[in-house]
Amino acid sequence: MNLDLERTLEKMSQELVAYCAHKNIENPIVVGIHSGGVWVAERLLASVNTSEPLATLDISFYRDDFTRAGLHPKVKQTLLPSTENRHIILVDDVLMSGRTIRAAMNEIFDFGRPSSISLAILYDLDKSELPIKADIVGEVIHLDSKQKIKLSGPEPLAVSLIQT
Amino acid sequence: MVRSEPRALQLNDQGQLKHFLTLDGLNKAILTDILDKADSFLSMGEQSVKKVPLLRGKTVVNLFFENSTRTRTTFELAAKRLSADVINLNIETSATSKGESLMDTLQNLEAMQSDMFIVRHCESGAAHFIAEHCTPNVAVINAGDGQHSHPTQAMLDMLTIRRSKGQFEGLKVAIVGDILHSRVARSQIHALNTLGVDEVRLIGPKTLVPSFFKEMGAKVFYELEQGLKDVDVIIMLRLQKERMQGALLPSESEFYRLYGLTESSLAWAKADAIVMHPGPINRGVEISSEVADGKHSVILNQVTNGIAVRMAVLSIAMSGQLQNKEKNETGANT
Repeated sequence: MNLDLERTLEKMSQELVAYCAHKNIENPIVVGIHSGGVWVAERLLASVNTSEPLATLDISFYRDDFTRAGLHPKVKQTLLPSTENRHIILVDDVLMSGRTIRAAMNEIFDFGRPSSISLAILYDLDKSELPIKADIVGEVIHLDSKQKIKLSGPEPLAVSLIQT
Repeated sequence: MVRSEPRALQLNDQGQLKHFLTLDGLNKAILTDILDKADSFLSMGEQSVKKVPLLRGKTVVNLFFENSTRTRTTFELAAKRLSADVINLNIETSATSKGESLMDTLQNLEAMQSDMFIVRHCESGAAHFIAEHCTPNVAVINAGDGQHSHPTQAMLDMLTIRRSKGQFEGLKVAIVGDILHSRVARSQIHALNTLGVDEVRLIGPKTLVPSFFKEMGAKVFYELEQGLKDVDVIIMLRLQKERMQGALLPSESEFYRLYGLTESSLAWAKADAIVMHPGPINRGVEISSEVADGKHSVILNQVTNGIAVRMAVLSIAMSGQLQNKEKNETGANT
């Protein structure tokens, strides 16, 4: 399992640049999902060719587990311009069931009709419960039932493997 | 025939709100949580799509036994921004048959399978009564009951104070006017003390500010100048003109002369004091136009904050009910 964070981010930046060129994506909006996704997006933004500042998304109001988990205690700010006819690069730190990404897409659509949404994920845990896949993946990580991965930040940005 | 305490009835087994009836007995953590969530909902007002799916598919019934356009409209707006379906029922009721007609009304409404009742009634204890007797898993929100409680108004006032002043510690807050008949004042006193302000002051004529209010944790003043000295927040209450007949006050102009907030009386408070009023304001009775429209006034902010606070309360109560239901169902299946 490769947890060399800096190298992974470097690899993702290069792949993202190539991806945008290949898909003719111009001036995209890079959107980070709070909190880890925002930290990763900040790093990736530097290499992306766009004049748009970093956008952030809090998906608390769009989650599908309102019934069992209730309202999330601390809701952070969603700062998103109009998404009408824009290319979106959605960024998150960990992809597990895919429900966070589903919620994020619903929220993005409330701000307009985007031209496209591409997904960049730092760590893909290969545990999806929905048909959602990342376009840019930092690392694919297979954890056993007692392990958890945790990103801390924003400075210093660090990843740790936790045994529960 | 009230069996349970309102404060105990409000909370589910995990200590979360499942009804919102009174601020009496709610701790600082719960009140702060409402304010924090209201802050998040406030930023939503800036967006072009002012809707989130939290209460999608839920039916919210505005049960107003007492007339109110402003409160009812803000509750309706709050529920709709949470994607709920809203029904407005204005019901005239006679005081004599209160208990019975309330039960009948309730049973008829239950057939509509609503998820939440927002209740305003002229009798104290009405919202509590409904919370006790309605079907399980239905949340009841008190929009004002008699002279007892108006918790959402007090909470939006608290949010306004926090957003203007940053924190509650160290603040001197004055509530001025018809305290005796005010359900808003009672709720505000609970909230201010729980959230930890330095001092709560009640100012007004002796007929409208009885000394038993000291038991609630407030200082009583009968002179405006004394009461307003060094105050950070001034909350003016509406003088209900209909009370004039009871000889509780000589006249409106007399009240204005002694207790009206004008530019000169405002000068007795701190230089950066804020001026609040639950509305609707009576210009020239409680407050002068210059002050109501002046730079110290945050009256219009209160209205905006009211929608956010109500969104917070509706989602928290619905969440508390749903989690209670989940827990009971899982418990039954094990």
